Amino acid sequence: MAPVTSDRMEVRSSDDVVRVRQQVRARALEVGLSLVDQTKIVTAASELARNMLDYGGGGVATIEVVSDGIRRGLRLVFDDQGPGIADIQLALKDGFTSGGGLGLGLGGAKRLCNEFSIDSKPGEGTRVTCARWK
Amino acid sequence: MDRIPILKLGSALLVTIQVDMHDRLATALQEDLTEKIVSARAKGVLIDISALEIVDSFIGRMLDHIAAISRMLDAETVVVGMRPAVAITLVELGLSLSGVKTALNVERGMDLIRRRLIETEAADGAGDE
Amino acid sequence: MIARPQSNLLAATLAEQGTTILSVWSDRLKKSGALASGRIREAELQTQCRTVLDLLTPAVKDGVDAAQPAFAPLRDFLADLSRSRAVQGFTPSETATFVFSLKQPLFEAVSGTKGADPTDVMRTTWDVTQLVDALGLQTIETFQKSREETIIRQQREIAELSTPVVKLWDGVLALPLIGTLDSQRTQVVMENLLESIVSESAEIAIIDITGVPTVDTLTAQHLLKTVSAARLMGADCIISGIRPQIAQTMVHLGVELNVVSKATLADAFALALKRVGRTVVAVKARELPAS
Repeated sequence: MAPVTSDRMEVRSSDDVVRVRQQVRARALEVGLSLVDQTKIVTAASELARNMLDYGGGGVATIEVVSDGIRRGLRLVFDDQGPGIADIQLALKDGFTSGGGLGLGLGGAKRLCNEFSIDSKPGEGTRVTCARWK
Repeated sequence: MDRIPILKLGSALLVTIQVDMHDRLATALQEDLTEKIVSARAKGVLIDISALEIVDSFIGRMLDHIAAISRMLDAETVVVGMRPAVAITLVELGLSLSGVKTALNVERGMDLIRRRLIETEAADGAGDE
Repeated sequence: MIARPQSNLLAATLAEQGTTILSVWSDRLKKSGALASGRIREAELQTQCRTVLDLLTPAVKDGVDAAQPAFAPLRDFLADLSRSRAVQGFTPSETATFVFSLKQPLFEAVSGTKGADPTDVMRTTWDVTQLVDALGLQTIETFQKSREETIIRQQREIAELSTPVVKLWDGVLALPLIGTLDSQRTQVVMENLLESIVSESAEIAIIDITGVPTVDTLTAQHLLKTVSAARLMGADCIISGIRPQIAQTMVHLGVELNVVSKATLADAFALALKRVGRTVVAVKARELPAS
């Protein structure tokens, strides 16, 4: 499943999170997601980009328009070289936080997407992938 | 640095959030509001978010903080004008904003603050006798 | 199926006896009652027959494989025909018969060709059978596909129709739900209601579930989400019409609807009016206009 378009964006500051959001919104419109679905994926992008900034020391966001022949969708990949997540199940739980947040970031973002996966090794970094289909 | 303007509307303060918020702007707004509540002796804070296309947990947390701080300073916070898509997304995200009051628009929000003012005055008056 | 290049007997037959084939074919169709239903006029049927033959004649020059590009205009025409007939209410077999009935006129024409090699006639007859069968089957497939499209469209319409948001009073909306709530439908319901809250600037929305036969955990959660989303926008929800059995099931499932709930829509409406500062009073007998 090759992406139709792919944008790579560095996330190093809070302003970058805003830029990622705007780009995701533009791509979601292009894919033709409904207003509610657009809002969901943009919010998920915001959560995940901020997570990456706060806990992974920043990283790279990749925004891809994907197609499986019938449907079109938006896939987001967030890569960081941060400390990694030791217990992914625990990190996905609502209310769990290793920082000062509400602990809704990962679990909340998961609920806003159709597909969601985390790949992480302590000490090496984290990759979060999520997708929303039309 | 940009700051979000705070308007005084009778005994309430009105903040209209129109830009995509980033951290510094949010922190600045919290500080400005706290000072203005005290200096203007405000009894209510209206935050109009009808222009916001998303509310993530960061903005949600900011709204919760503002509500908690203003409550301590004896002012009620009312968030007004949240869009349907934003509301659906917030619920899915797991954020209920249980600490803040909500209203459909600024007018309804003002009514809410005014009603509370009358009720507290009546209660205070009864307590004096 | 590999196209056989030597099927020129068919091409020649079509080119030379086209007019005869057309008249035999349309006669057969008329006799078999193609016009009896009244859904199609004779002139229209005649035009359709002629178009099929006109498109078939050039297509068979290089072979009889209906999947070849040479047949594309004919396939498109038959697809359109099948689709329009589906809309007009023809059965799929009526539409397929229209194509299949071309066989016999073609057989007759091919075998009646003077001086033709018997083996060639035999092979061409087989080619015609295969070709017409393929084209006939294609009309059935198109027919079915257009039916499916109709069903999907109707399902969508039903989903929208079945979730009407009605205004009971200034600032009071009601959403009478009828039928089973799956998660896709609940999403439509939720969005409709929230949009209406904004457009009517309603303070209170009554969700009446009298017409909902069962409520499972998922549906209850969807209802709760709707209520929470409405609250975030500044509107209150009242749920009415929870059947005794549903109440039992929900408690059993451990679902607690932590919202205001009333037994009937009438009770909920009375509460809603009270909240917006209205009340309903009985008109005294003497104030009634004399009738």
